[in-house]
Amino acid sequence: MKETVRIAAGQGFWGDLPSAPVRQVHDGPIDYLMLDYLAEVTMSIMQKQKARDAKAGYARDFVALMKEILPACVARDIKVVANAGGVNVRGCAVAVAEVAYELGLMGKLKIGIVTGDDILDRLDDFLSRGLELRNMDTGEPLHTVRDRIQSANAYLGAAPIVEALGKGAQVVITGRATDTGLTLGPLIHEFGWATDDWDKLAAGTIAGHIIECGAQCSGGNCQYDWQSIPDLANVGFPIAEASADGTFVITKHENTGGRVNVPSIKEQLVYEMGDPREYITPDCVADFTTIQLAEAGPDRVRVSGIKGGPATDSLKVSISYSAGYKAVGTLVYSWPDAYQKAQAADTILRARLQRMGLRFDQVLTEYVGANATHGPLAGEPPADVAEVQLRVGVRGNDRAAIEQFTKEIAPLILTGPPGVTGFAGGRPKVEEVVAYWPALIPKNQITANVKFLNV
Amino acid sequence: MKVQLTRLAHARSGDKGDTANVGLIALRDDFYPVLAREVTSARVKEHFRGICKGQVERFELPNLGALNFLLHQSLGGGGTLSLMTDAQGKTFSTALLRMQIDIDEEEANRLGLTTH
Repeated sequence: MKETVRIAAGQGFWGDLPSAPVRQVHDGPIDYLMLDYLAEVTMSIMQKQKARDAKAGYARDFVALMKEILPACVARDIKVVANAGGVNVRGCAVAVAEVAYELGLMGKLKIGIVTGDDILDRLDDFLSRGLELRNMDTGEPLHTVRDRIQSANAYLGAAPIVEALGKGAQVVITGRATDTGLTLGPLIHEFGWATDDWDKLAAGTIAGHIIECGAQCSGGNCQYDWQSIPDLANVGFPIAEASADGTFVITKHENTGGRVNVPSIKEQLVYEMGDPREYITPDCVADFTTIQLAEAGPDRVRVSGIKGGPATDSLKVSISYSAGYKAVGTLVYSWPDAYQKAQAADTILRARLQRMGLRFDQVLTEYVGANATHGPLAGEPPADVAEVQLRVGVRGNDRAAIEQFTKEIAPLILTGPPGVTGFAGGRPKVEEVVAYWPALIPKNQITANVKFLNV
Repeated sequence: MKVQLTRLAHARSGDKGDTANVGLIALRDDFYPVLAREVTSARVKEHFRGICKGQVERFELPNLGALNFLLHQSLGGGGTLSLMTDAQGKTFSTALLRMQIDIDEEEANRLGLTTH
């Protein structure tokens, strides 16, 4: 058994810094590269891609990345764990296998394929058996949006990843797996933690939580003393250096920018936090009020003391459904009286929309430069404010009404207050709104499958 | 005396559906009891009036010198439904740091807050 295992985070979301995972592999020693690609609405985008092309529906960036780093990963036995498979995990694995073949890695690569999360085809069966899949936020039962559902996936935990690694997979590709499971899985595999060793499972989960947002724990988006954080252009992504006893150190490669210190870790720990005593995952319930942090050298923070409790008997389900349309239009008003002009333009726009008889579920006006982020807390902008951006958004089920709204923005330039610009982008685009429906499902309804592809 | 939270804390915020979470972290260990005493759910609800339309829940993490607030019904529907620039509640952290709290002179002196 290794004394410590180094798990490097390579992507905090689909679209994160492309060079980050490459540098994690090349700039220093690591044992695992962990990549999180799936935000809540990503699955619906991938489901649409798959509907157009049966071979699509996964994070293509991951395949391009593999082309770049697979030879080094194979040579140095760095294992890769990624939820890049989206709604076509097998397709993603085949694409990676093709890349490996092109790179001449025949006989050297075993790819683990984790499925079982996709429950889109099983929803009617669940509903007919009385599983209501109520929205965790609103309490509404799922049948109210049944005909508009685009994707449905249960969040799998660490167990299938552990199985894949245990059977020799070098690369493990999952669909909807928890971000934290991508880190916990390798630790269970390496250290043989028992499935009811709740404190250690909680520790691995919290290690995963800290590094799952990439550089957001190593100096990015860090308020604490932000002006003194060195060389963010060269920011180092985080590495969890874990021990078998469930303690770990968060660090980053030498000669990279950013900063890992107690305040940077605290900021990430509280990110998207609910009840800190009950951080619920498929694997355990972690208690954030037990975490102890200590500086352990430059860019090193030791994390210890973590306690956890038994996992619940449910899995979270992420469902996406079509929820109408929206569009956002903007114009920029300049000094003098920039704020007043933007407000006058909004009044004119709303009067015209009303005269046209257009109805929306929601209309929102914001003044960027005055109050778009802090609302009434920002107070009135200074009288001589140099410029204000008027930003008006509408949402509703009537696509035609949203289309008409998009035609009413540019005319304000010649028919409204003066000193206006910023319309070069043309008419605002009408976007389909794909909303997110969180629910719970009994664990016994979901079975993860682990298969392999040998190159 | 009035002290703005920027002098006592740093913060990070995020979203879960239509709920914004704000983690408020003491800049020094001895600031945490002041935050825990003064920055109550009721004060935060009042601070975010017109923005937070639901309840405010508060959780304590003395081990991190931090408080976690959940501001329900604050993000215009949340996620992709929201029309807000800050649909993910990322700037609720700094919005909370605008809060001014009252500290008596003796405590302010003891905490070194009377000199800038």
